[in-house]
Amino acid sequence: MDEKIVRVGNGQGFWGDSSRGPRQLVTGGGIDYLTLDFLAEVTMSIMQKLRSRNPEAGYATDFVSQLESILPDAVDHGVKIIANAGGVNPSACAAAVQRVVDKLGLKVTIATVTGDDIMAGLSDLIAAGHPLANLDTGAPLADRLGDVQSANVYLGAFPIAEALARGADIVITGRVTDPSLTVAPLIHEFGWTPTDYHRLAAGTVAGHILECGTQCTGGNYDRWRDVPDLANIGYPIAEFSSDGTFVITKKDGTGGLVTTDTVTAQLLYELGDAQRYLTPDVTADFTSIHLEQAGPDRVRVTGVTGTVPTDTYKVSVSVHDGWRTTAQLTVGGPDAVEKARLSGEILLDRLAADGVTFRPEDQLIEIVGSNVLYPGMIPDPVVQPSEVVLRLSVRSEDRRIVDRVGAELASLLTSGPPGLTGFAGGRPKASEIVGFWPALLDKTVVTATVSVQEGATV
Amino acid sequence: MKNVALYEIASARSGDKGEDSNVGVWTRTEAAYEFLRENLTPELVKRHLGVQVRGAVERFELPNLRALNFMLHDALDGGGTASLRTDAQGKVYCLGLLQLRLDVPDELVG
Repeated sequence: MDEKIVRVGNGQGFWGDSSRGPRQLVTGGGIDYLTLDFLAEVTMSIMQKLRSRNPEAGYATDFVSQLESILPDAVDHGVKIIANAGGVNPSACAAAVQRVVDKLGLKVTIATVTGDDIMAGLSDLIAAGHPLANLDTGAPLADRLGDVQSANVYLGAFPIAEALARGADIVITGRVTDPSLTVAPLIHEFGWTPTDYHRLAAGTVAGHILECGTQCTGGNYDRWRDVPDLANIGYPIAEFSSDGTFVITKKDGTGGLVTTDTVTAQLLYELGDAQRYLTPDVTADFTSIHLEQAGPDRVRVTGVTGTVPTDTYKVSVSVHDGWRTTAQLTVGGPDAVEKARLSGEILLDRLAADGVTFRPEDQLIEIVGSNVLYPGMIPDPVVQPSEVVLRLSVRSEDRRIVDRVGAELASLLTSGPPGLTGFAGGRPKASEIVGFWPALLDKTVVTATVSVQEGATV
Repeated sequence: MKNVALYEIASARSGDKGEDSNVGVWTRTEAAYEFLRENLTPELVKRHLGVQVRGAVERFELPNLRALNFMLHDALDGGGTASLRTDAQGKVYCLGLLQLRLDVPDELVG
């Protein structure tokens, strides 16, 4: 009997990634599951704001338009789709997907996984003795309740696996840990149980490798000259065996590179304590991972171990933390660095004369081109650049004084040193600072809900 | 010994974790890994990255991957949407660390 292999491809690393990914992975088949990751840390607060203006909004609309182009192929090839595109409004997302399904005349079963959104119940949770204290500072959330913009638990893989077991072709979630999108179909296909810690850890490692899309296939790789055809870079696929070993690869004919190096790069991305990579389902040990080049663009991953998960869910709360803006001008000609610095200082002096000031730590002048990224790490350029970009950034609790920076910027072109240009984007406006408040919450007070809708036949 | 930049014997990737950043450094040979495990200390990394990193630097070892993972605490001026810096997410810290110059045994530089 041939060994069962389950192929999971990830076509979206974040909200804003290219729509090429899902199309590439679904066209012509070759995968069993397509995962799409839309949620970065700040995404939920943006979605919450969208929903507060429109009760039908608050999810990743890109997902719906992507589905419109890939769904016929996905149905043809039996590819199931798992996406955390639901944001803060999975049911509205599901309704929008249903409209696409109906329009295309397909028969598809859609499911949602909810229960992650604890925003409405925050006061009750705090009153019941769950302080949701900030993991970095220890401060209780009660002090900042009025500033909260969104609050979500990171759910695990098992509710998604349940949706698949109940016949879902498309699973839409809110906040789940990124690797859960990958682990869920493996639980469903191989019948892994909640105590299969080594296998769950292996799935988690695969999910971590896949979750940023092309960052494991040669994108953002320091030996970039070794990577062929970046323009047509392949999105990653994990080919899983039931024993929890897997191969990372990409489709034939795509660009990019899958080597033990490109996979190692992604394993290290956003990694903390390597021995304790926490998800709701398992504690994975990244020091147990073995990589082996198993062929061109094929890396075999073995040896992964895991142990019992913690009793808590990670919670991501976003809080209003004030306002910021960046004013930007290009400065050319002799003494460009000096002129750029003077321009930034003039602007701040003019505001100060009007009584508008910022704390020293809340204002920053950067002269891009004069070693902004690596001050003190490498020598400043010996030859003065003939052009630089001035970036003047400020932040404050007071939105009005942040907006004053943008309002004063253009005047520098006629009232500052010569060589100022590139004022193309108009007046920069204040944008909101969304603070990220990490916390933990007992698993016992959170309930994940799986809803499966019957697909309509048209 | 040869005085070379770290990128001659290692690769790196960096990113953000809230207000912290991490830089993962890995090598292609056991010998290079052992050399870095001995010499690329959290203290040296902290000194090289300088004022950009306000907090402590922690190091985790991943011998199977011939890799060292450095957590740079309070390294992003608030991170996320709060940071005033161009590199608010620590995306290019890795290339800053790879420009660290080290005295490296000749046989490790190929």
